[in-house]
Amino acid sequence: MLCAMVSRYRPTLLGTVTLLVVAALTACIPADEPAGTPTVAPVNATSLPPECAKAQLQTKTPGKLTIATDNPAYPPWFVDNKPENGQGFEGAVAAAIAQKLGFATGEVVWKRVTFNSAIAPGPKDFDFDINQFSITDARRQAVDFSAPYYNVRQAVIALKSNKIANARNFGDLKDAKLGAQVSTTSYQMITTVVQPNTQPSVYNTNDDAKQALQNGSIDGLVVDLPTGFQMVAEIKDAKVVGQLPLAVAQPEQFGLVLDKGSPLTACVSRAIEALRASKTLEQLERQWLAQVAGAPELA
Amino acid sequence: MTTTHSPSPVQQERIAYRRRQTIRSVLIAAASTAVVGLILMVAVTGSPGWDRVRASFLDWRVARQALPSVLGGLWLNVRLLVFCAAGALVLGLLIALLRTLRGPVFFPMRALSAGYTYTFRGLPLIIVLYVMALGVPGLRLAGTPSVLVLGAIAIVLTYSGYLAEVFRAGIESVHPSQVAAARSLGLTYRQTMRHVVLPQAVRRVAPPLLNDIVALQKDVGLISLAGPIDAIRAAQIEVGETFNFTPYIVAGALFVLLAAPLIAVTDWVTLRAARRRA
Repeated sequence: MLCAMVSRYRPTLLGTVTLLVVAALTACIPADEPAGTPTVAPVNATSLPPECAKAQLQTKTPGKLTIATDNPAYPPWFVDNKPENGQGFEGAVAAAIAQKLGFATGEVVWKRVTFNSAIAPGPKDFDFDINQFSITDARRQAVDFSAPYYNVRQAVIALKSNKIANARNFGDLKDAKLGAQVSTTSYQMITTVVQPNTQPSVYNTNDDAKQALQNGSIDGLVVDLPTGFQMVAEIKDAKVVGQLPLAVAQPEQFGLVLDKGSPLTACVSRAIEALRASKTLEQLERQWLAQVAGAPELA
Repeated sequence: MTTTHSPSPVQQERIAYRRRQTIRSVLIAAASTAVVGLILMVAVTGSPGWDRVRASFLDWRVARQALPSVLGGLWLNVRLLVFCAAGALVLGLLIALLRTLRGPVFFPMRALSAGYTYTFRGLPLIIVLYVMALGVPGLRLAGTPSVLVLGAIAIVLTYSGYLAEVFRAGIESVHPSQVAAARSLGLTYRQTMRHVVLPQAVRRVAPPLLNDIVALQKDVGLISLAGPIDAIRAAQIEVGETFNFTPYIVAGALFVLLAAPLIAVTDWVTLRAARRRA
């Protein structure tokens, strides 16, 4: 190293020393731009623009980020019905978004909000709601959606003893009594894609629907694929019959719900895009939704 | 000889005065209604969030789109109302009769029926529905009826508890001397109830009975928690698709329309009963 060099020339000692000191100084200052070394990612992809700095964000409570979800919050999206623990896919995504926006763990406030109050026109008492909201154009008329954080597929689950347990296509589901949770795209999938002959049953919660499935009141239950695998793990003798094709050409995606015209929508979306660019979303998906293996496609 | 009656000048003046007073009252009522209406309209439509609320609660396009499925759901409410009202009236009357039996030998019947009314008036309908519609099928007994029938049974169980107490109030309002008189004429207990007590009892409690039926009309929809789609559930499904609350308003309006005839009948029965007593 240059810094360790010692002069061996007496006559021009002073001059040499001066030169060497200057050289040494230049060489030992850490470089601002690591010219030759490879960098991890382009800087602007993972850091947010200045208008999304924490101090600029107009959150409900200044200096705090209020995140909402329903009660109870179900696995694999949340763990132990404790969204604040940062576990489960959505719990972890919410924590990552908060961190990306510059909020420390102590500055994140969780609120429990029902589905209806999340979408009602009155002022929202949260900054964003994370609760497996599927983004659709019709819903966009009433609320703001963030950039999507998860591409979801819908699936049919059934008891192994049921007649539809080995269904291969929609024809096998035509005479089945299917069920779904209310206000979900799962229900829309039944009526628009599967179109069975009997009216589907609709439940307030997936817990009620699960009970009906176990009772045999319904043959099959349509849920999103991760929830389906979670349920199959909980119910004895149940299986994922298969996943449904997409209703429209574009993928079904989960997004955060914000108040219509919320000042935060753009920055929250940027935070999600940054998490996608840095592969954080992918990694969280691997961590929390690992059991979501491929299920056979129904057509 | 025919003379046409002509009121005296004093009477004519009285008539003219009354007419003027009537016109004046009508005008004042109209003006005051207009003022109150205007204030309400300005207060509501002038509120800062009105545009937002109107867009999410009063969107005609969404209303038209939701109407068929909400009407389809309402048909389930109507059918359930007919069967549950009939079932609850019959069961309620039976329990009231058991509870008004006299004599020590009938104590078990009295105790059972009293326990029944205590239990089912206290139990929230939703819990009875959960037990019947999501619990009973879990027993996997052969011949378990459909969820719809089980839910209807839950509603009948709950409402017959209320109706039994209304019937009992009616039965006990008939003076004991009438029963004594009927028995002394040689009528059996059954004949006394059938021809003397119940006709008066039911007539007296008709208004509260009908009132309970109006309440039942809204509660039958709770069966939707077990899977069937009633009017409110149909509206909820539409709301979930659009995040627009107009379908609820559509369902609410249909419920009011459905209740109107029943409420009118209740008023008429009450009025008739009052006139008869007068």
